[in-house]
Amino acid sequence: MSDTIQLMRDRLAALAPEQVEIGDESALHAGHEGARSGGGHFQLTIISKHFAGQNAVARHRAIYQALGDLMGSRIHALSITALTPDEL
Amino acid sequence: MSAQDIIREQVSTHPVVLYMKGTPQFPQCGFSANAAAILKACGVGEFFSVNVLESNEIREGVKAYANWPTIPQLYVKGQFVGGSDIMRELYQSGELQKLLKTALAN
Repeated sequence: MSDTIQLMRDRLAALAPEQVEIGDESALHAGHEGARSGGGHFQLTIISKHFAGQNAVARHRAIYQALGDLMGSRIHALSITALTPDEL
Repeated sequence: MSAQDIIREQVSTHPVVLYMKGTPQFPQCGFSANAAAILKACGVGEFFSVNVLESNEIREGVKAYANWPTIPQLYVKGQFVGGSDIMRELYQSGELQKLLKTALAN
């Protein structure tokens, strides 16, 4: 699953983040209905100026767009905290 | 009716709609459980919930409808509000309670 995290980092580079932290929580969800598809559960914290002036929906959409086809394949579930440097 | 038509009708007929995995009583996913719990914490005891595990067409259709790849999804007065992370943020800031109160008042 660590290669998934690297792929996520590579894709999220499109948002020019100052900081990206990704936690793999897949083990917590092993065995539940959604885990059968094989995708992992991840926790993402991302800090980027890109999010300035965007509401939460727009920020999450930008992240989903950057992750592209990883969503629904390698990523089954993603918990997101998206902030600008000013919001830290 | 296509899945898109069904979803459009559901979110425009009911003031508060939650698309989730499982039911509010028996959620099948932690994120869906959180979403239902947040609505309850906002004082919304009854809301229209759709168990996407019962229909793959709705499950995939709702992702296209909101251009949002994950479930749960909350709609208030026909508008997409967000998933469970956004619901939590809005709840913590008090905005979700206001939004729901206004939606259910009329």
